[in-house]
Amino acid sequence: MLESVLALGGLVLLRDSVEWEGRSLLKALIKKSALRGEQVHVLGCEVSEEEFREGFDSSINSQLVYHDLFRDPLNWSKSPGPVTIALDSLSWLLLHLPCTTVCQTLHALSHQDSRPGDSSPVEHVHVLGLLHGELHGPGPMGTLSALARTEVTLSGTRSQASAHILYRRPQQRPTHETHWFSILSDFGVDLQGVSPLKSQPHPDPLTPPVDPTTHLTFNLHLSKKEKEAKDSLTLPFQFSSEKQQALLCRGLGQATSHIFYEPDAYDDLDQEDPDDDLDI
Amino acid sequence: MFPELNNLLNTSPDSVEQGTLTLLCDAGTDGSFLVHHFLSFYLKANCKVCFVALVQSFSHYNVVGQKLGVSLTSARERGQLVFLEGLKSSVDVVLRAEAEPHPLGFLREAGAGNLQPLYEFVREALEPVDCREAAWRSPVLLVDDLSVLLGLGVGAVAVLDFIHYCRATVCCSLQGSIVALVHDSGDAEDEESDVLLNGLSHQSHLILRAEGLATGFCRDVHGQLRILWRRPSPPTAARRDRSLTFQYKIQDKSVSFFARGMSPAVL
Repeated sequence: MLESVLALGGLVLLRDSVEWEGRSLLKALIKKSALRGEQVHVLGCEVSEEEFREGFDSSINSQLVYHDLFRDPLNWSKSPGPVTIALDSLSWLLLHLPCTTVCQTLHALSHQDSRPGDSSPVEHVHVLGLLHGELHGPGPMGTLSALARTEVTLSGTRSQASAHILYRRPQQRPTHETHWFSILSDFGVDLQGVSPLKSQPHPDPLTPPVDPTTHLTFNLHLSKKEKEAKDSLTLPFQFSSEKQQALLCRGLGQATSHIFYEPDAYDDLDQEDPDDDLDI
Repeated sequence: MFPELNNLLNTSPDSVEQGTLTLLCDAGTDGSFLVHHFLSFYLKANCKVCFVALVQSFSHYNVVGQKLGVSLTSARERGQLVFLEGLKSSVDVVLRAEAEPHPLGFLREAGAGNLQPLYEFVREALEPVDCREAAWRSPVLLVDDLSVLLGLGVGAVAVLDFIHYCRATVCCSLQGSIVALVHDSGDAEDEESDVLLNGLSHQSHLILRAEGLATGFCRDVHGQLRILWRRPSPPTAARRDRSLTFQYKIQDKSVSFFARGMSPAVL
């Protein structure tokens, strides 16, 4: 019976119920496949590896590759410390998978440290990807460049390798650095120097600075006498202390002003009601 | 505990099976007598018990426990029993500061509910503290009951995930046991309840299903108990009967079981 079930290949569906469980039959089919010399991969979600391997003898167990999704499928037990994922290479992935899939996966991988509502401290996930520059067009290259927080471009002159590093820190301007380095035999890095921050192009040393005030048809310079006259000039609307004194002391030589008034016969000089319009 | 039920299940407090998930299920009747049985059984077997009690108060279980010969108060005091009183602590969730994680914290969440804090509570309760490791036998998780979680807005898959993690920790790592009660509403439209019941059934080693009689209420026979043993570890020649059905009558301090149609009142 087992052979006829396995004969056709493809997908074999085992439907069981609570009363009649199917795991024993699954294990019998696995044993049959293993005895035929096939390697068996098990994606285990429902039982532990020990329980699944129970009942198989050692020869069959050695052919069984168990992929454990049972122990911690939802990642509730926080893996201690930061994780680094190295992709060798991204170029291979880009050649075999659509660019969108690769970018979405990279984004999901590298943003695992920002889970909403997670009160535990941020776990840093580092994703290192190797990309061969000549293989891809400007589209995929630009997309991956936009995804990356740090981008290292390798080049060099003659015998010296250089790494041009672009840092994209969040909410800050991107900064550049260029390091000259070599890799040692034990994969240590020997740094030979850092180039200065390249924020402006270097001025060309061949052309001297030009003085724009030469060869003019008008005079921009002041003689010494003209400078003195200029400095001693009081501006008309500037309230200097001299002006203040001049305004205040104007009445020194003059008599104070006085008003002479002779009232008519009809004048009613009522200080309380000078216009005579109060109706009391 | 009920000695007659122990005989039917072929267990005793001296020889406790480890690493098993026992599913208690009731349909059309109240299966809580099974919860009281297992609570007193594991306490008498000197196991460390974590009881997630969402349905009744502590004093209720204590009163029934005393009839069955165990004192929950003294078990809690000596550290054998960790009791999560759902009714009381659900009020704490609403009133306490939000930053502290609470096993019933899913009550505050707007989404489908994540039972990870409840799992962490169970794990901390049952993981052996070094110096007192040899004090108790295997750890046991008892839940009364899981259908309440569905009613509180947690999805069936989230409850299954919670039991999955409890199985991985309690049954596999700690070699303990889990006993959980689920209601079978019999309502064809309640898909979540069906998913939960069937999903748990497929993961269980032993299923005890208490059903009401099809003919209705009877004074001498309160219901029918169906016992199903699943997943015998390597299938051996000598296997126990896979399925047994008995009828029962609940009395003040015990439950009597008899074969169908053999109630003492009838004979």
